[in-house]
Amino acid sequence: MPTSATPAIEIAGLTKRYGAQTVLDGVDLTVPAGTVTALLGPNGAGKTTVVSILSTLLPADAGTARVLGHDVARAPQAVRHLIGVTGQLSAVDPLLTVAENLRLVADLFHLPRSEGRARTAELVERFGLGDAARKQGQQLSGGMRRKLDLAMTLVPGPQVVFLDEPTTGLDPRARRDLWEQVRGLVAGGTSVLLTTQYLDEADQLADAVAVLHGGRLVAHDTPAGLKAAHDAGSLDDVFLALTAPTQDRTQEEVAR
Amino acid sequence: MSTVAAAPHPAAPHRTARAGLPRAARDLATMTRRSLLRMVRYPSLTVLIVLMPVVLLLLFVYVFGGAFGAGVAAGTAPGAAGRAAYLDYIAPAVLVMTASSIAQATAIGVAMDMTGGIVTRLRTTPVAPVAVLGGSVVGAVLQTLVAAAAVLGVAVLLGFRPGAGGAGWLGLAGFFTLFAVVLTWLAVAMGVAARSVESASNTPMVLLLLPFLGSGFVPVDTMPTAVRLFAEHQPFTPVIETVRGLLGGTPLDATTTWTAVGWCVALTVLGWAWTRRSYRRPRPS
Repeated sequence: MPTSATPAIEIAGLTKRYGAQTVLDGVDLTVPAGTVTALLGPNGAGKTTVVSILSTLLPADAGTARVLGHDVARAPQAVRHLIGVTGQLSAVDPLLTVAENLRLVADLFHLPRSEGRARTAELVERFGLGDAARKQGQQLSGGMRRKLDLAMTLVPGPQVVFLDEPTTGLDPRARRDLWEQVRGLVAGGTSVLLTTQYLDEADQLADAVAVLHGGRLVAHDTPAGLKAAHDAGSLDDVFLALTAPTQDRTQEEVAR
Repeated sequence: MSTVAAAPHPAAPHRTARAGLPRAARDLATMTRRSLLRMVRYPSLTVLIVLMPVVLLLLFVYVFGGAFGAGVAAGTAPGAAGRAAYLDYIAPAVLVMTASSIAQATAIGVAMDMTGGIVTRLRTTPVAPVAVLGGSVVGAVLQTLVAAAAVLGVAVLLGFRPGAGGAGWLGLAGFFTLFAVVLTWLAVAMGVAARSVESASNTPMVLLLLPFLGSGFVPVDTMPTAVRLFAEHQPFTPVIETVRGLLGGTPLDATTTWTAVGWCVALTVLGWAWTRRSYRRPRPS
């Protein structure tokens, strides 16, 4: 599926400390262009920290991170032109309507008026937001707000999209809707790094799964490969085996 | 930009061709529209912050005014005459307090934006911080001017008679706009630098307190030396004196006026620089 030799994301030796606590301890990870990689890990494993560094919000203490070949520390503006981020916090303005929220992003990205209109209309259609177009952000259900959030991320047409726990707190139908959107996105050629607590989500969407534990990557493989390597029926079993508190991680490390 | 043969995508990438001022001006207009829409959608906040200086005005005129009037205008009898004299004296300070009150609301609003997802998203985009926050500045300055006009209207209803002529009103509008810009940039900086929404509501308290530690409510020569020295040299005193002169139609003291303008320019630069410095500061998400 990769359409380019330059990976969407290339992380090498990435290290981040908060005071005495080492959150990331030399993480290496490559996401080929046009694919989805799911980043799994227990709470506090550093998944959001990886996304924050890649999206230029947080400097790393050591190591490098590149997005489509651009170093996030040295060329943050170039990276910002290429990425879209849907974080755990809602980026929807609660006082603006769905249409106004989308238009705000189109304007800030300087889409010509006609193109901005066409683009927001297409996204409203694609995300099924038509009936809610005049509703304010605060009047939307959790699922609708998350859809709008993602739609806003997609307005400028980012080539690499970060989804930080995109379906946390959503009901099963809303989750499935969002999965459909992510599949459509990838079919269009976008590269995705997804963090999630839901292993079925990784199983459904990801070409590759990376497991973070104790600040290191303890596994990186296809979902099927991980299940086979651990003789497990589901990614749940793999996850529990890899992130057990007492295990010796190095023995479990799976080279890609 | 990138020479990477990235995967095809139906949408066009971010426009980078147009650089410089027009781009920033357009972003500023976009963010100002957002700021004004938010004020229209949430009018109770605006009403609340206009109410604060009005209550202050009523309190000072009708509770303290009868007694304080004799202190600000020699030979004034306590009671009704004192109240009228005191209203004249504090009207400029109450206008200044209106700007301080809105500055506090601005700091809170900006801090909420910063800790919420909206600015976090914008920080991952190429949109300049000055545009992201400039919208709040323009919105708040307009809000300040409208609120100050309303407060002035209440003062007139209470019997305040401004002595300003045409040039005086023009000068007042210009100077007060400059002052509103200063307070708003400082408030934005406080909001951006704040670690939490709570601290963003506490820091601007200093802007509400300083008019009291200046020539706003009593003449500085009635204060003990240490307090008087502070009062004479803090920025609010020349600002209040300039507003007082313009509003009353009395001749302005050139030194005082230029000191006031100097403070305004210096503090605007400070607020802007402080904002820029804090905007990209990593913050826990």
